[in-house]
Amino acid sequence: MSSKPRIIVVGGGLAGLMTVIKVAERGCPVDLFSIVPVKRSHSVCAQGGINAAVNIMGENDSPEIHYYDTVKGGDFLAHQPLCRGMAYDAPSIIYLLDRMGVPFSRTSEGNLDFRRFGGTLHHRTAFAGASTGQQLLYALDEQVRRFEAQGLVTKHEGFEFLSPVLESPEGPCRGIVAMDLRTMKVQAFRADAVVMATGGPGLVYGRSTNSMINTGSAAAGCYRAGVRYANGEFIQIHPTAIPGEDKMRLMSESARGEGGRVWVPKKKGDTRPPAEIPESERWYFLEEKYPRFGNLVPRDIGAREIYHVCVDLGMGLDGEQKVYLDLTHKSREFLDRRLGAILEIYEQFVGDDPRTVPMKIFPAVHYSMGGLWVDYEPTADGMIDKSSPKNHMTNIPGLYAAGECEYQYHGANRLGANALLSCIYAGTLAGPSSVIFAENLDCLAADLDAGLYERSASKWEKRFEEIARMDGPENPHKLHRELGETMIANVTIVRENDKLRQTDQKIQELMERWKKIGVTDRSQWSNPEIPFVHQLWNMLELARVITLGALQRDESRGAHYKPEFPERDDANWLKSTIATWSPEGPVLTYEPVDISISEPVARHYD
Amino acid sequence: MRSEIVFRIRRQDGPQEPSYVQEFRLNYRPNLNIIACLQEIARHPVDASGKATSPPVWDCSCLEEVCGACTMLVNGVPRQSCSTLIDSLPSGPIELAPLTKFPVVRDLMVDRKPMFEALKQIHGWIPIDGTHDLGPGPRRPSDQARISYVFSRCMTCGCCMEACPNYDGKDPSQFIGPAPLGQTHYFNTNPIGAMNAGERLDAVMGRNGLTGCGNAQNCVEVCPKEIPLTDAIAQLNRQANRHWLTTLFGR
Ligand SMILES: Cc1cc2nc3c(=O)[nH]c(=O)nc-3n(C[C@H](O)[C@H](O)[C@H](O)COP(=O)(O)OP(=O)(O)OC[C@H]3O[C@@H](n4cnc5c(N)ncnc54)[C@H](O)[C@@H]3O)c2cc1C
Ligand code: SF4
Ligand code: SF4
Ligand code: FES
Repeated sequence: MSSKPRIIVVGGGLAGLMTVIKVAERGCPVDLFSIVPVKRSHSVCAQGGINAAVNIMGENDSPEIHYYDTVKGGDFLAHQPLCRGMAYDAPSIIYLLDRMGVPFSRTSEGNLDFRRFGGTLHHRTAFAGASTGQQLLYALDEQVRRFEAQGLVTKHEGFEFLSPVLESPEGPCRGIVAMDLRTMKVQAFRADAVVMATGGPGLVYGRSTNSMINTGSAAAGCYRAGVRYANGEFIQIHPTAIPGEDKMRLMSESARGEGGRVWVPKKKGDTRPPAEIPESERWYFLEEKYPRFGNLVPRDIGAREIYHVCVDLGMGLDGEQKVYLDLTHKSREFLDRRLGAILEIYEQFVGDDPRTVPMKIFPAVHYSMGGLWVDYEPTADGMIDKSSPKNHMTNIPGLYAAGECEYQYHGANRLGANALLSCIYAGTLAGPSSVIFAENLDCLAADLDAGLYERSASKWEKRFEEIARMDGPENPHKLHRELGETMIANVTIVRENDKLRQTDQKIQELMERWKKIGVTDRSQWSNPEIPFVHQLWNMLELARVITLGALQRDESRGAHYKPEFPERDDANWLKSTIATWSPEGPVLTYEPVDISISEPVARHYD
Repeated sequence: MRSEIVFRIRRQDGPQEPSYVQEFRLNYRPNLNIIACLQEIARHPVDASGKATSPPVWDCSCLEEVCGACTMLVNGVPRQSCSTLIDSLPSGPIELAPLTKFPVVRDLMVDRKPMFEALKQIHGWIPIDGTHDLGPGPRRPSDQARISYVFSRCMTCGCCMEACPNYDGKDPSQFIGPAPLGQTHYFNTNPIGAMNAGERLDAVMGRNGLTGCGNAQNCVEVCPKEIPLTDAIAQLNRQANRHWLTTLFGR
């Protein structure tokens, strides 16, 4: 082979940037595509921290315990070898980030400091103040800029991925089609392997804790091209967020990790200000029901308990799904040092000072455990064979996925501070495996006939010409709002089959109404509405995957809870949901879970 | 108390097009921020005179003041539109305009590419030996890490660049601007970054670097993350003088 292969990475959050670094380090040129300048990717929002069993606190923590907490937290739906590989690599990942300059918070001896997070009894979460994602993203962004200055990385910021370019419906993947969001031109780009790292689909629910670019549209574009979408129904609801008309702002689990206590007044409808309610008249329901884990139970359990107290018992604040999250017993100095950034968010958007008044918080859609299906190569001793091109490859050869857009690592429920870790670990696998794959190709994309690329681009050009001409009565932003309201009402904490069926009907109705959209902006320069109409269709496709996956799964596991089927049912449902696109809607099949390392047991946190 | 919210938005259809002001009216509700209002206009794009129009174009992503995307002039002051609450503004019409120091892409959206280019110029990275496992990084005093953290919160929003009288994003060769200087200081005070501080000082000692700052302090006043930019510039100046002397002796 004469020249070097080229890799395309789509998405510059933690997963994408780590992938880029690993590819560039091998001397392989990379094209990096992103909607926003990568430094503004959603990973910047992560607050609480990143897990690694470094055991600096001398608690006998170990990667093996971290691994087990992760699969147990995920209600045993995650394939175990990858989780184990991740937990074992976590300490070296933290050290690497530290060397890259992340200003992690320190102990008095100058070591990395660790705090507690949900679903574990250990201090395992490294953090930089209360804006850790920002510091991690910037550190990786800086390393990528170094490669960019050397000419190995070419950034295409302000581009929207539309679809992979496939040589045949079964692959291999030979590039991508993307749109320049300024010139509105659709273009095909060649690559010898493509890694998707496009983050989560929070916007399918209208308002969530996610950034506005998290539509899941890129993952849906792959799904529509034949990539399998796995475990879509597993959507994490975060117990603590601040509602806003534009988005739900997260109040990180670190608030509880640093001692925050959740409570409601014991007397229903008590209207006294919280400071006037004596200790004996407060119900710390999580601490009471879960004496061992207390306020730090996993998120699925926390969200469900809040729902129970507020909806079933009617004890929520102001009659709503609201409870107190109280930090007022901690000193101002401690709070500013450990949690400053998130307390500022609360202060800024709510107006109260959480150092003196307990916060009022709601549950909110936060994270997708499901995503594009990806493969891996285990070793005989239950770790990951890092020399395999299979790691993080989708069912389409040469098309990879890493980060929140794929389904590995978190099973039915993700533990706090494991997402950042899984994104970075996924990048350390996807980068090298995509290069290994590309190096073994007989023929590089650069030598392929231009026809394949012209055909792929023109198909999408036509689609966008049609969208630009749409002149019906429907407003796309209003349809999006309706989608969000339906999904939040029916496919979040509690799921009932009747309502799920109605939701699927509603989504199909919205798909019909989508066809009657009228575009209000017809400019062919930097027009966000036209791509939004496209994204909205993709969100509707994903909404069906999520809803039908939930409808089929007649059991309760992790974030998926059905009162009609309140127990986990391993005999029938210890399996991954696989959705495959068809013109009539998602076709669901199932696949066994790799439980080769640990036997599933009942999950207890009390 | 307002009963309605009036926006006067400066619009521009493209980089070479003339700009114009369009007025929009919304019903008042408590706790709205500027982005929530712009979203509402997009759902119902009709101007104050009742004429259907295209929704104004703006930049945003995180909506919690951490990504830096949504900077605009609100009543003439550069700030993040996502964290600007309507209730915190005086009751008259609210004027929105794009930043003036960067080229306008469309309406309220500008191109801040010069800021990212500047990060290349200052060698804004820690030159690690590689991503393979080399064990723990250096120990750092807790206080030092805390100061570093303050500078690590720079989200490249450009408020400081807009406010600086000496910065001109349309011709950044004049003066590199406060944010990249703050970042130079950030990298130079990292224990590993300090090893090649000279390289970064060289990059900011030239004509468009430190000497471009007239110490007007405007930058610090508008930084949403309260980054002590002028302290950083002062310290860089001291280091630069020392560096200049050592290079002189080195010769
Ligand atoms: C508020 C909040 C706080 C969180 N806190 C924590 C925490 O403390 N600890 C933790 O472990 N996890 C946390 N998480 C979860 C974690 O932040 C995310 O799961 C993680 O950052 C996802 O990273 P990513 O690299 O997969 O994608 P992202 O960071 O979302 O990046 C996606 C990238 O893809 C690009 N992209 C998307 N679509 C397209 C397209 N169509 N075309 C081109 N480019 C595209 C975007 O521009 C972006 O660059 C938090 C999440 C939220 C919402
Ligand atoms: S102090 Fe320097 S950098 Fe800051 S605004 Fe003034 S001239 Fe600009
Ligand atoms: S220094 Fe402050 S104002 Fe300037 S770009 Fe950074 S965060 Fe924005
Ligand atoms: S949208 Fe990110 S800072 Fe305002």
